[in-house]
Amino acid sequence: MTLKDLIDKVLGRQPSSASTAKERLQLVLAHDRSDLNPELLEQMRREILEVVARYVEIDVEEGDVSLETEDRVTALVANLPIRRTISTSS
Amino acid sequence: MSTSRTILICSGKGGVGKTTTTANLGIALARLGCSTVVLDADFGLRNLDLLLGLENRIVYTAQEVLAESCRLEQALVKHKQEPNLALLPAGNPRMLEWLTPKDMKAIVSLLEAKFDYVLIDCPAGIEDGFKNAAAAAKEALVVTTPEVAAVRDADRVIGLLNTQGVTPVQLVLNRVRPKMMSTQEMLSVDDVTDILALPLLGLVFEDEQVIVSTNRGEPLTLGASSSPAAQAYNNVARRLQGEDIPLMDPAKARRGLRAKVRRLMQTKIF
Repeated sequence: MTLKDLIDKVLGRQPSSASTAKERLQLVLAHDRSDLNPELLEQMRREILEVVARYVEIDVEEGDVSLETEDRVTALVANLPIRRTISTSS
Repeated sequence: MSTSRTILICSGKGGVGKTTTTANLGIALARLGCSTVVLDADFGLRNLDLLLGLENRIVYTAQEVLAESCRLEQALVKHKQEPNLALLPAGNPRMLEWLTPKDMKAIVSLLEAKFDYVLIDCPAGIEDGFKNAAAAAKEALVVTTPEVAAVRDADRVIGLLNTQGVTPVQLVLNRVRPKMMSTQEMLSVDDVTDILALPLLGLVFEDEQVIVSTNRGEPLTLGASSSPAAQAYNNVARRLQGEDIPLMDPAKARRGLRAKVRRLMQTKIF
């Protein structure tokens, strides 16, 4: 974020078109590079949540699975807040 | 051992300045004393001849050379003012099915024996035309502009070049408008290099002189032009030759208090 972005945000102005362009590009390239369309990603997200939910209680609404790229490496990033561990030993 | 360098000039998207870059870089390298050949791999819609002012002098193409109906020397079109530069069209627009990756490799290896630099002007797109042109490439220059569609397409091409083991792949950022960058209405140089993760070999400002030179069929690097684009292309040639020349700074292209304030506004805070 640049100084101008911050001022725009404080004043409630529209962000500069360059920062919008960068955000849009990063998103579209993450999909291009991984060859995953949003539908497949959504399906994967649901399945990952299902698996994780067997072990820990998670906030399904808060759970987020997305693609991020840095230096041409695409990573699948899952951010799943845990409410509590499901005890399986008893 | 051959010291010849074969460089593919590609972009994915059309109209970002591949052919202009090839023509200007070819002339600039030739003027530095390197024997250079520019190979127009876009034979369906060839335009490199037009930009170099050689459109009336093409008799044969690489096609006839490979069919052995003429010698390589006969097909090479030598530039009038810059004898270190030659043009070789890959083929005839009428023969759309002719070129294959194997043909491309054959013709490039003939050229590598004769020239210091072989610059291949790649067609737009990522289909067969691209694959043929890229078949013989050792290195690549990806030309792009600070626009979303051009950057996206460049990314696809970079992915293909990486799979093919072409290295190094370097970036030429073309048609930069310093004024729009300063108001953050155009992707910044850092934005583009961050996203594409390529070393930046050249930065070319938007320059009306490019159109004028295209009209005349005389690339800007041919004369003693001090226009920003001519300088930028000359710098790219010298960097290819291993010279360490700093990149132009778009922010410094504009002076005065206003520009200073704008530069301050661009400071990354987090």
